[in-house]
Amino acid sequence: MTSAPTGSRAIGAPVPRLEGRAKVTGTAPYAYDQPVEAPLYLAAVTSTSARGHITAIDTAAADRLDGVVAVLTHENAPRLASDENAELWVLQSDEVAFRGQLIGAVVASRPEIAAQAAGLVRVEYDARPHDVEPGPGRDDLYAPATVNTGLETDTIAGDVDAAMADAAVTLDRTYSTPLQFHVPMEPQTAVARWDRDGGGDRLTLYDSTQGVIRMRQIMAAVLGLPPDRVEVISPHVGGGFGSKLRPKAHHVLVALAARTVEGRPVKFALPRRLTFAGSGYRPSTVQRIRLGADADGRLTAIAHDAVGGTSKLVEFAEQTALATRTMYAAPNRRTTHRLAALDVSVPTVMRAPGEAPGMFALESAMDELAVACGLDPIELRVRNEPGRDPETGLPYSTRNLVACLREGARRFGWTDRDPAPAARLDDGWLTGTGVAAATYPAYPVIGPSNAAIRALAGGRYRVDIAAADIGTGSRTALTQIAADALAVPLDAVDLRLGESTLPAAAPAAGSMGLGGWGSAVIAAARAFREKYGTAPAEGAEAGATGAGVPGAGKVALHAFGAQFAEVRVHADTGEIRVPRLLGVFAVGRVVNPRTARSQLTGGMVMGLSAALHEHGVMDPGPGQVVTRDLADYHIAAHADVQDVDAVWIDEADPHYNELGAKGVGEIGIVGVAAAIANAAFHATGVRVRDLPLTPDAFLR
Amino acid sequence: MSTGSIMLTVDGESRSLVIDTRTTLLDALRDHLGVTSPKKGCDHGQCGACTVLLDGRRVLACLALAVAHDGAEITTAAGLSPDGEPHPLAQAFIDHDGFQCGYCTPGQICSAAGMLDEAGKGAPSHVTGDLEGPTVLDDEEIRERMSGNLCRCGAYPGIVAAIREVSG
Repeated sequence: MTSAPTGSRAIGAPVPRLEGRAKVTGTAPYAYDQPVEAPLYLAAVTSTSARGHITAIDTAAADRLDGVVAVLTHENAPRLASDENAELWVLQSDEVAFRGQLIGAVVASRPEIAAQAAGLVRVEYDARPHDVEPGPGRDDLYAPATVNTGLETDTIAGDVDAAMADAAVTLDRTYSTPLQFHVPMEPQTAVARWDRDGGGDRLTLYDSTQGVIRMRQIMAAVLGLPPDRVEVISPHVGGGFGSKLRPKAHHVLVALAARTVEGRPVKFALPRRLTFAGSGYRPSTVQRIRLGADADGRLTAIAHDAVGGTSKLVEFAEQTALATRTMYAAPNRRTTHRLAALDVSVPTVMRAPGEAPGMFALESAMDELAVACGLDPIELRVRNEPGRDPETGLPYSTRNLVACLREGARRFGWTDRDPAPAARLDDGWLTGTGVAAATYPAYPVIGPSNAAIRALAGGRYRVDIAAADIGTGSRTALTQIAADALAVPLDAVDLRLGESTLPAAAPAAGSMGLGGWGSAVIAAARAFREKYGTAPAEGAEAGATGAGVPGAGKVALHAFGAQFAEVRVHADTGEIRVPRLLGVFAVGRVVNPRTARSQLTGGMVMGLSAALHEHGVMDPGPGQVVTRDLADYHIAAHADVQDVDAVWIDEADPHYNELGAKGVGEIGIVGVAAAIANAAFHATGVRVRDLPLTPDAFLR
Repeated sequence: MSTGSIMLTVDGESRSLVIDTRTTLLDALRDHLGVTSPKKGCDHGQCGACTVLLDGRRVLACLALAVAHDGAEITTAAGLSPDGEPHPLAQAFIDHDGFQCGYCTPGQICSAAGMLDEAGKGAPSHVTGDLEGPTVLDDEEIRERMSGNLCRCGAYPGIVAAIREVSG
């Protein structure tokens, strides 16, 4: 057999998305679009108190409305089986943990009737004082046991304070990032049907999820069903960015409703307004960076202390300072994470959790240090390039940060840059350029993935894997991998994903998807060929589990990149524009350059959006986020995005997987906000340390 | 609840329905007629995912009440590419990878079709410099005129390239 990538034909080809025709006509079925028989519609009742107890809930008016089939509250909802995840303990008690919590549901024959009836439910609360802002100067910050993905909360080596005292150049700055929301264009949506047959109860869930297997397992546990009595179907997902990774309260609510109206499907698309408290978000951060360097700009100390918020209901500790553990050499080092536990909805992973906010701070600080040392910011980074991973002491599998910086400098036209800030005025616009490094871990896979291959008629093959394509292009890339692994043309492969009845696979998360799923597909192809050779009978079938990460524990596994930005700030109005963004990445082998490039540039656009627009605002009075729609929570639109390009250097990382591919889903966003802020400083001489960069910052 | 009886021509097919007067055109299409090509992203006219062509003009179906459009002719992205034959814009979106998750895509394509028609008729935009001369659809014009259609995957460069190719 031919094993990828040697002798590969499809891998490396810019294959257009296989579901392209369906998506450009709108016929690809997302969760709500799935044809179901005689559906009912759910509208949610949400808490208008941020903390306390429900003392009365009056559903009489809602019950009386024509077309209302059921009204669910904590007083009449079916009981759940597991309270292990407090966020999923839905309608089980009178407690209110945050404003916007799902506390009731109306199921009706039409969506308009459901919405009207939900508005008729009257709720009274015994409201208690709430605490919703992490704020500075709290005395109740705590250190979580670990940070997200089970990493160490703090790392300390040497003596940062002593090194700072002795350093020729020091920097001690605080940076902040606001609440940020995923806002995928498809709001969270689930369609549930509960049936009872000879085998007992059964739930079918048409969902919009990054992982059908995890969804099935957790929903089964919460509902008290055997996992094989829960089926999750999610062939197309209208964006996720982390917000569709984990089961949320709306999944449980629609399942409870479906159980109540057994046999009829219930549709629940979260209104956009409810997604802000209902689907997770990136918590705000306050980050103190301290750098000490000798006169040549060589770091002697690096410290990153991150403070963020979490929910009292379920802890989420963003790994904000993680990147600082691997970016630069320095003998004295320290990273810490502290949290404020708040009466707010539960935060979650959002594209490059940790690196996105953390590298804004670190890479802004490195730019400030370059200015303080009178060094070119690229040269400063090159001087602090570690030979081995500074904290683990492991050699890197590949570390091509310097190559990315050099290649980017060449392409971007960095060489002739005049470092003087506020020195270029072009027709009323101050212009500048900036650079920042990017990194993202090549995490060991969350769990093994499995795949199965079956011979069809006419030399065709079906490849089954419960993977997800949330817009990443994984359906196409996995088909390419399967074609090469089976040594057949691309169009001989019929790949199915996004269904929980397929061989179990890890979710789309942490830029781990393609590597883990691809390894499973390669293993299955190998098993298939070993068993049946190259002329299998129709119906021949074999499956296998993908290999783990060969280099895990032996080498440090990270992707790297360099972000370059050109910025124009209007001298009179402070309006800020980004005419040019260039990212150069070292991400291992690229399976599909067309879809990978879109992943990278898409991440860069989200980084630009975070740099200039995104600003979730918590109102401490009512205890809720007030930027709860797309008019108040701004994301980049067409007019904000000009020349954005991503390229990569030739690299393969066999220590990560057989493909040699690191993920590309997240690194694109990392460092963009710092590159833009650094370019804005170069343009104006104004250093902005708080995201987003808005015009007022430049009008001082 | 009061109802209204209306007739719509959707992607060339005549459809009559009796609906709650509160029903938006978007919900009439998606929930009553099973036409799910236009998507619901915000239901507030802020994202553009529900854009359809209504009597040839691009509109946000979530901000239109269905009963106010009795007799209207609606074209969705599915209707723009009938019988599996992709509309030039649809093909250009595929060629330029002008989408990732695909959820905003039908709206982007309907919006682009409507926008090209508007520009062809000489309608200016906020960034049009010369209001007298013919409209030149450069990238800045395309971006400005498409800014009502959000794409969270950040496929904007591919979308603009696709529209540029078709407009040129």
